[in-house]
Amino acid sequence: MVKVRHLKKIFYTGKGARTAVNGLDFDVRKGEFFALLGPNGAGKTTTISILSTILKPTEGTVSIDSLDVTQEPHRVRQKIGVIFQDPSLDDRLSAIENMDFHGRLYGMSSLQRKERIQFMLSTVDLWERRHDLVRTYSGGMRRRLEIARGLMHFPELLILDEPTIGLDPATRRTIWEYVHFARKEWGMTILLTTHYLEEAESADRLAIMNEGRFVALDTPENLKKQVGPEIVTLESDPDKIELIKSFLCEQFGIKEFRDERIGSFSFPLPADIGNAIHVVQKITVPIQAMTIRSPDLDDVFIQITGKGVSSSSEAASPFHRVYRGKL
Amino acid sequence: MKTEVAYRGSTNITFSSPLLRDLRAIYTLWFRDIIRLWRDKLRLIGAFVQPLLFLFILGGGLKGRVLTAGNTHMNYQSFIFPGILAMSILFTASFAGIAVVWDREVGFLKEVLVAPLSRTAIVIGKVLGGSTNSLIQATILMGLTPVFGMHLSFWKVLMALGIMMMIAVSQTAMGIALSVRMSSSQGFMVLLNFIILPLYFLSGAMFPINGLPNWLSVLAHLDPVTYGVDLLRGVFLGLHYFSYPEDLIGVCLFGAVMSFLAIRLFNQESPS
Ligand SMILES: Nc1ncnc2c1ncn2[C@@H]1O[C@H](COP(=O)(O)OP(=O)(O)O)[C@@H](O)[C@H]1O
Ligand SMILES: [Mg+2]
Repeated sequence: MVKVRHLKKIFYTGKGARTAVNGLDFDVRKGEFFALLGPNGAGKTTTISILSTILKPTEGTVSIDSLDVTQEPHRVRQKIGVIFQDPSLDDRLSAIENMDFHGRLYGMSSLQRKERIQFMLSTVDLWERRHDLVRTYSGGMRRRLEIARGLMHFPELLILDEPTIGLDPATRRTIWEYVHFARKEWGMTILLTTHYLEEAESADRLAIMNEGRFVALDTPENLKKQVGPEIVTLESDPDKIELIKSFLCEQFGIKEFRDERIGSFSFPLPADIGNAIHVVQKITVPIQAMTIRSPDLDDVFIQITGKGVSSSSEAASPFHRVYRGKL
Repeated sequence: MKTEVAYRGSTNITFSSPLLRDLRAIYTLWFRDIIRLWRDKLRLIGAFVQPLLFLFILGGGLKGRVLTAGNTHMNYQSFIFPGILAMSILFTASFAGIAVVWDREVGFLKEVLVAPLSRTAIVIGKVLGGSTNSLIQATILMGLTPVFGMHLSFWKVLMALGIMMMIAVSQTAMGIALSVRMSSSQGFMVLLNFIILPLYFLSGAMFPINGLPNWLSVLAHLDPVTYGVDLLRGVFLGLHYFSYPEDLIGVCLFGAVMSFLAIRLFNQESPS
């Protein structure tokens, strides 16, 4: 469905050149859910803008359904639905007017628009408010409207750029339910960018992006396997932490530590060492608590880039399967 | 989630020819501008204040104190009336440019840019929307002519409308050409004032352009708005400085150049 080759984008500004996308190669299959995960400034939005025909690539080619985005932008545009990172509604129009405008631009007949608007607005729970001007909507309502609008013309490829940022969990869930429903309904392909790790976790394949490049591309499961089977968190007297770390390093060769709260740190347990309890029992310093959990994408990201995805860790927590045991 | 909503509509969108698609899109863009204009009645009313002030205060104050053009004695208000119409068009038409910058600021432009329509269709839709807006206002102003004893025949009104349409199209196109790459509507407003005010004052809208000092006369000849004002005054008062063909060439040339520029620049701004 999507074919990206040697994609590069350089912005020339008054202060010089900035390479936002630096050589991307990837394919997205028809019906696949593909996610791009990366911190702010990684180049996700730039990539998306090129795919959705808003920006021209500096180098490289992009084709969507075998149509080149720079050669046949019209035909590409008919096939895609885009939900932008930043707002893109006319807030002086009502929800219905925004939707109707969209349907007309995409060549839908008036009967089709009518049916589709009613269906989509009911789905995102805005039917009751359909005649109100968008300027009276809350942030979450606007986002829902944008998603209803992006799906209105049955796009073959839905491009979502950080779609649920700033939304409450309930709204996020509703939106994802509908996107997945639409995916089954007409075999829609999804390309998502996010820095919420748990959203990327449900993708078929996932690319981790940093400074304009992919640093990893695989299924979420395989990426998690790279980190090791388990992440162990230990709590102890803050003064003793360094002592424990050097012990673990000498005895088991564990080097990747990550500080959590004061008096607490975590590390991925290497696969060849075996049981975490067995390891911890060898530590002579008193340990107050130990948590073992399976790695998540945050761990993958930290391992690969050496830093976390900003503002994502608090959002990711409900998805950790945490086993907590006091020793 | 309410997946129980039974009928989600047919998934088949009939693909029409690109030309038909663009024509529908132009209508859609135009229609949006009309809805917004209707909703923003304050703007509609506000746009009358300036022309009326010029007409009644300036026109009233200068009445009888200036020699009128071509030694024909006429009411100064009648003399500047075509110029006032041109002013109303100039200012409201340039609003179309501000509307584009505003759409860019709030992000709505992206919605239009990813939709399957050509960049040229976007420019045409915006030009028509902006021109309609300024034409509506100019038409209402024309309703004032009996107040100072000017009587217009049906044909004159029709001709005036045609000329005003041409001026409006040129001005909106100019506004849109200038709006390309502008991302702040406030900055754009300042830029517009720098351009529109000189265009307006040099156009002979407020004073006859015969017998001007040399440098002013040259500038007035260079100002494309001069020809539109001259043509309007010709239709309303039978008084004109250039010949009609010269005026028409001036007006059409300006419109063509501006439309070309608007389409060209807009296409360059983002891939078509
Ligand atoms: N229009 C632009 N002009 C100049 N630099 C830009 C522009 N858009 C993005 N950039 C730069 O490109 C880099 C990638 O930005 P972006 O694609 O928005 O990242 P992300 O969406 O992953 O947060 C950033 O360093 C950003 O400052
Ligand atoms: Mg972004």
